[in-house]
Amino acid sequence: MFMVQACGAGSGNGIGEHPDSSRVRAPRGPGFFLMPPELHPRDDDAIMTAPTAASTLTEATTPRLYRSVSGRRIGGVAAGLADHLGLPPRRVRLAFVVLALASGLGILLYAAFWIVLTPSPLGPKESQRRTMGGNVVALAALAVALFADAVTHPVGWWFTPSALAFFGGALIWRQASETDRDRWRRLSKSSIGAGLTDSTGWLRLLAGVVLVVTGAVLVLAKAGLSQAGVGLSVVLVTSIGLALITGPWWVRLVAELSQERRERIRSEERAELAARLHDSVLQTLALIQRNSGSPREVTRLARSQERQLRALLYDDGPASGQFAEALRSAAGEVEDSYAVSIDVVIVGDHEMQPRLETVVAAARESMINAAKHSQSATASLYAEVDAASVAVFVRDRGVGFEPEAVGEDRHGVRGSIIGRMQRQRGTAIVRSSPGHGTEIELRMELP
Amino acid sequence: MTAQAPGADRPRVVLVDDHAMFRAGVRSEIGAAVDIVAEASGTAEAVALIVATQPDVVLLDVHLPDGGGPAVLRGAQAGAPDVRYLALSVSDAAEDVIAVIRAGAQGYVTKSISGPDLIDAVRRVADGDVVFSPRLAGFVLDAFRESGIPGQPAAAAARGGSDAVPETDLDRLTPREQEVMRLLARGYSYREIAGQLFISIKTVETHASNVLRKLQLSSRHQLTRWASDRRIV
Repeated sequence: MFMVQACGAGSGNGIGEHPDSSRVRAPRGPGFFLMPPELHPRDDDAIMTAPTAASTLTEATTPRLYRSVSGRRIGGVAAGLADHLGLPPRRVRLAFVVLALASGLGILLYAAFWIVLTPSPLGPKESQRRTMGGNVVALAALAVALFADAVTHPVGWWFTPSALAFFGGALIWRQASETDRDRWRRLSKSSIGAGLTDSTGWLRLLAGVVLVVTGAVLVLAKAGLSQAGVGLSVVLVTSIGLALITGPWWVRLVAELSQERRERIRSEERAELAARLHDSVLQTLALIQRNSGSPREVTRLARSQERQLRALLYDDGPASGQFAEALRSAAGEVEDSYAVSIDVVIVGDHEMQPRLETVVAAARESMINAAKHSQSATASLYAEVDAASVAVFVRDRGVGFEPEAVGEDRHGVRGSIIGRMQRQRGTAIVRSSPGHGTEIELRMELP
Repeated sequence: MTAQAPGADRPRVVLVDDHAMFRAGVRSEIGAAVDIVAEASGTAEAVALIVATQPDVVLLDVHLPDGGGPAVLRGAQAGAPDVRYLALSVSDAAEDVIAVIRAGAQGYVTKSISGPDLIDAVRRVADGDVVFSPRLAGFVLDAFRESGIPGQPAAAAARGGSDAVPETDLDRLTPREQEVMRLLARGYSYREIAGQLFISIKTVETHASNVLRKLQLSSRHQLTRWASDRRIV
């Protein structure tokens, strides 16, 4: 017997990668623990190292399009674009300003880039302080330009307030420290996100909606229908302004939250896996070292551990209430109790029912019989199940016996196997002859 | 690497497995009965060694870095067309087993096989026969269970070559083949099966070869899906 294969199971196969599913299949992770990583550099390793590898790779050729953190005046969009295109930043900024004068197109473009692009991972916060003042100056200049633009080329009376609101919001967000933003994120989580789960949140949300509706009704009632148009447009403009202010923030918030969630799930799974490996594998290895003088005990421990690991690595959750599962766990219990190894092959499956319980119990007795009396360290179990019937064969290649010569005192075979099956209108046939092992065949028709 | 004079009943074997510990275990168990002419731990290395040494049998781990057993089979096909492969696996996942058999392996056994049984399996593969473990026989029975559903005829016939049997026959097992597979799944040896069914061992071997060919050539679209849907251990 080669008993070294337990660790080979970790090599898995790269098929079916589901990094996003909340129940990431366990086999992908344990490569870390079971194998030297250099032997199996795939799956999770690959996913986690890919981004850095990609960024260093593209850096050598064309810089990726990021918002430049180090060279920024406002949001780093122009500097980032300049990096990417290989132009002087000043020229890009000028282009934005010129476009801004064309009915604010440049501003919209800038805002769009700012929302979409992620900050560059390089050169983190070295020059934040230096550009703080610059930010304000640049924003003020833009505001002035905007006013001038609005006065000389009137786009619509709504444009200037919206733009101002937008920049105000942007400024607040940009200037906030990381801890502030964290706090805001938490607040928004507890007010909006939690609103759907806890009752006070619901209450708060409800109160807010009631207030807004009441306000709208009051305005309409006071102002009369003739004024309603103006009132509505005021509300509309305010809402648009709010959306503009918070829009980018929400986009980022959602992105960051989902990223954070993925990472949390992954690290939780890894922690759980480490805990389970510690509980089972390491304990078993310790036991094996202590029992190294007893091959039978070592085999039993290794076999039991192998079964647990397989269940952990390959099972997508126990198919409880199924015949095959019940039969497998019965075989596992016999393996554990009698230090034999039982090869289980099952074709088909069926939902558990009382008559199948009988079959499982008889199969268990058959396996115990093989383990106790065959003097062989292995046995095999084969079961074939279809909708109408089930057949189970338990076989060993041990010493065998003369079935006719078995005394009335052997309750194992006669009572627990044959009698049990017959009471449920099943059959049990024992084939054995000295020196040629034993096979017990169980058959049961299903209603 | 040992290079003894190849005897008539000492098959020349290349051992491919990425675990050095496992290779050492196999070598000590079967090294007395076969000539292990080379060992490889990776796909590219294995292909090069197989082409260079032209062994009788390759003991091939299903799981290898960069491609696995099927990649070795495909890679060495051109340079060593007469080499036979016996797949060794620990995972028992149906998709791996089916993949390596369909790539051309002549048999499949689990790594928990005993030394004498492994020697026997290597000899049998070297002689051109196929080797079914009980588990593989179980897979076959499971995969061909709803027999009677005809597969896609054209593709199977085309791949079947000149001696192609009628296409529907590739997609189902004959009653006799089912019996043989059932007994294999129950752990019977070829000799015991022959005794049980009152046929010659040669006939049992023929049935097993035919089943393996069906497994390799059948275009049953369920086969691949069945395998990937199942993750038995």
